[in-house]
Amino acid sequence: MAELIAKSPCEGLVPATIGGMSLTEEHPGAMCAVAPFKGQQKALSKALEAAHGMAFPAPNRATGKAGSRAVWFGRDMALLMGPAPDATLAEHAALTDQSDAWAVVKLDGKDAEDVLARLVPVDLRNQVFKRGHTVRVELKHMMASVTRTGPQAFQIMVFRSMAKTLVHDLKTAMEAVAARG
Amino acid sequence: MRITCPLCGERDRREFYYKGAALVRPAEGADLDAWHEYVNLRENPAGPLDELWYHEMGCNSWLKVTRDTATHEILDVQLASEAGLGGET
Repeated sequence: MAELIAKSPCEGLVPATIGGMSLTEEHPGAMCAVAPFKGQQKALSKALEAAHGMAFPAPNRATGKAGSRAVWFGRDMALLMGPAPDATLAEHAALTDQSDAWAVVKLDGKDAEDVLARLVPVDLRNQVFKRGHTVRVELKHMMASVTRTGPQAFQIMVFRSMAKTLVHDLKTAMEAVAARG
Repeated sequence: MRITCPLCGERDRREFYYKGAALVRPAEGADLDAWHEYVNLRENPAGPLDELWYHEMGCNSWLKVTRDTATHEILDVQLASEAGLGGET
């Protein structure tokens, strides 16, 4: 059997440090879409709480903490990032493995909001978009998921096939913001 | 033009994909005239019209949007799944 070497989506593209901001790749581990069956959201939330210690997120919210997160991912769907889903979740929800399907990067720095303001048509400033908030949104014509993970830090996700474009667009915006001084 | 998605909030038009008029799907066993009307016949008002829009860059919901075709004013938005358009099981 061939020896296959695992390659992360952004390998060779990041890390980058521009204008005091850093762009790094996140390695979230297992990723699984969790879509509750009709009328099962409350039961699923309880099962998720029991198995992984976090509730099913409300729209535009993320629950859990670094290393074990549930990010709202669309209508009646969340993405469980970190732990492999417990078998009890399958009683209440459709589980779809998404590991390796998404490129996940972290943008950190005091001008991170200004960088994203150039790419995302949603207000991501701290006064309205706080820690634990998330959006499914367009990022330069790509379907993206943006989650605030800290006062100056964002987790940004796009399909793996768009990793290079994502990094290019982010770096270009970081350079442009840095050039303004 | 901005559409207020029931889940995501107010978003720019570029995040949405347009399908067409939002019609009530005929029930199973409906006669040929009902299907002919559903498939082929359309109103073309210069005013409010119920339409289906898909929030493809956001939450992936189908929405029933009431839009004024003359002014592009968005009068109402609701999830298509809750809009009583038929086809429920």
